[in-house]
Amino acid sequence: MTNAKEEIMRRIQNATHGLLERAREYDTISRNYIQSGTRDQAQRIELFCDRLRDYGSAVYTCQSDEITSGIANLLNTRQLSCLLVPSGFPAQWLPREFEFISDHRLTNEQIGRADGVITACALAIASTGTIVLRHSEEAGRRALTLIPDYHLCLVFENQIVETVPEGIRAMSTFSLAPITTISGPSATSDIEMTRIKGVHGPRTLDVLLVGGLNV
Amino acid sequence: MSVRVGHAAEAEDFPMAAKKLLQNRQLRDNLRHATDVIRGKRAKVVNELPDWEELRSAAHEVKEHVLRYLGSYLEQFEQKCKQAGGQVHWARDASEANGIIAGIIKRHGESEVIKVKTMTSDEMSLNDALQAAGITPYETDLADLIIQLGEDAPSHIVVPALHRNRSEVRQIFQEKMHLKDLGDRPEDLTAAAREYLREKFLRVKIGISGANFAIAESGSVVVVESEGNGRMCVSLPRVLITIVGIEKILPRFEDLEIFLQLLPRSATGERMNPYNSIWAGPSGTDGPQEFHVVLLDNGRTNVMADPESSETLDCIRCGACLNACPVYRQTGGHAYGSVYAGPIGAILTPQLQALEHSQSLPYASSLCGACYEVCPVKINIPDILIHLRGEIVKRGDAPLNERIAMKAVGFALSNGRRLSTAQKLARIVQRPFEHDGNLQDLPSMLAGWTTFRDLAAVPKTSFREWWAERGKGTGT
Repeated sequence: MTNAKEEIMRRIQNATHGLLERAREYDTISRNYIQSGTRDQAQRIELFCDRLRDYGSAVYTCQSDEITSGIANLLNTRQLSCLLVPSGFPAQWLPREFEFISDHRLTNEQIGRADGVITACALAIASTGTIVLRHSEEAGRRALTLIPDYHLCLVFENQIVETVPEGIRAMSTFSLAPITTISGPSATSDIEMTRIKGVHGPRTLDVLLVGGLNV
Repeated sequence: MSVRVGHAAEAEDFPMAAKKLLQNRQLRDNLRHATDVIRGKRAKVVNELPDWEELRSAAHEVKEHVLRYLGSYLEQFEQKCKQAGGQVHWARDASEANGIIAGIIKRHGESEVIKVKTMTSDEMSLNDALQAAGITPYETDLADLIIQLGEDAPSHIVVPALHRNRSEVRQIFQEKMHLKDLGDRPEDLTAAAREYLREKFLRVKIGISGANFAIAESGSVVVVESEGNGRMCVSLPRVLITIVGIEKILPRFEDLEIFLQLLPRSATGERMNPYNSIWAGPSGTDGPQEFHVVLLDNGRTNVMADPESSETLDCIRCGACLNACPVYRQTGGHAYGSVYAGPIGAILTPQLQALEHSQSLPYASSLCGACYEVCPVKINIPDILIHLRGEIVKRGDAPLNERIAMKAVGFALSNGRRLSTAQKLARIVQRPFEHDGNLQDLPSMLAGWTTFRDLAAVPKTSFREWWAERGKGTGT
């Protein structure tokens, strides 16, 4: 008896005879769709914020030298006190008056006890309001942004691209890292197509949009 | 090899099943509401993209290219996935795949798994197989949970419980989650599911997922979802098993730039779905320590073998054709007797089974073309429906009465004299049923033509007769 792989490969081999002429070679596939955006940075930012709000995310802004106070204001607004951060998250951004736990092999139970999590991201896509998390880097391990009920994500203005193709091309440079893309908070429409925010992921996603240079 | 597509082989023929379901007023109301909402949302976000048609064409070409080179892309995917630390298994059919998965779970000494929505696992009847092996699967997608707890079957590819309304869901949850005071607002029901599943996400050691895309170039797997249950299942357990139909391969990571635009807009009418998880192999202290991919054939190579209909495999399971289909919108998914309902199900289900079962499905369509118009990868479903009808007739598998009727019509139409005799005969036979130029209340087998509409009677004079008479008239 042949093994499963050999048999499937043989069946594919037999089946592809009929497909020889129709298919294009990879390089000649017509890609006449829009590959990159036309907006300037201000318009890109405006589009990104608009999309985020449309999903029900709150967007706050600050300058790069105000990150600490920006975070403090937000946490006060949300009345949160104990937050997780990925290991390697810049300590100088964290305001003193709150408790921050850096992720050094925290268990899922420990992660679940925190009020929320603060991370940065790898990039963002304006046209779809998408935030791209590169894991175990600036976004931390996947569990960190998944189990807590609150996620505050820092997005630097110069990290925002306009279109999905631009975003995917940027992601392809780190395609072996686990990646999560987030477009608004967790949601379902499974019951009578009524969109309900917050099923299993964080029910609240806040974005702190940082102007000025990426530090 | 024996292909299994859920319980399709044992299912009732479509017209029989549909007739019963059409009596269910509640079901039709639920269906109408749900499909109207998704269609509206889809139309809005599709119209936002000026390059929608170009994206569709590109997607179609990528998929056709993949099928042509499927063997080498699968080899490449296997190699890259192994390089990233994953283990790759090949399964000729559903029972082989089910056996592999149960084996992995048993080897770890576990008896529970959490699952993120995968239609492929429904196709394999994986849950039945796991339960038979003493393993409890927990569905974690809200709709799948409603289906599982309600001991029901999915009726839609994307929103499998759309045939249920809030009060039905409430009843199921009240009973199965022992929540007497549960409200019936979607918010209450969603919160109950969150509570019910949270403990399982944190406790169960093995996760099972499907894959929306598998990237040959990087060995990556992509899971597209909304609720976060997918993220939970692919990142919290110690062991992750991902089922990948062999047609889900994309050549390069960058090809996602096409499909991640087409899929969410077509499926749920969102610009982007809330979450996409993308990973290649296990990743240190982040997520599962062991990662298995099961590459599944289960009849896909049957579909490939016919170049007239192989593009059926281009399907990315968005469900847009279901929402657009005037037949599906009346009958709902259960009439199709398969986990794959609607127009795509009508062509995919019989082909997976090498046309040996589900032969009534290619007839479950009015060929209006709405499915083709909304398909994000441009599968010409109406053409394939007609092609499959032809194949079924060629095999001699068409219903006996249809074969006799077609033979008779063929005989009569092949010759002018015969046609005119047939018309004369029809004029006599139709007399008792004719009212104002229409036929009504035809008996027995023919009743289907007149129960719900008027059928024009054969006119008193045929064109040929009129023409001949007219010639005489001008001559005198």
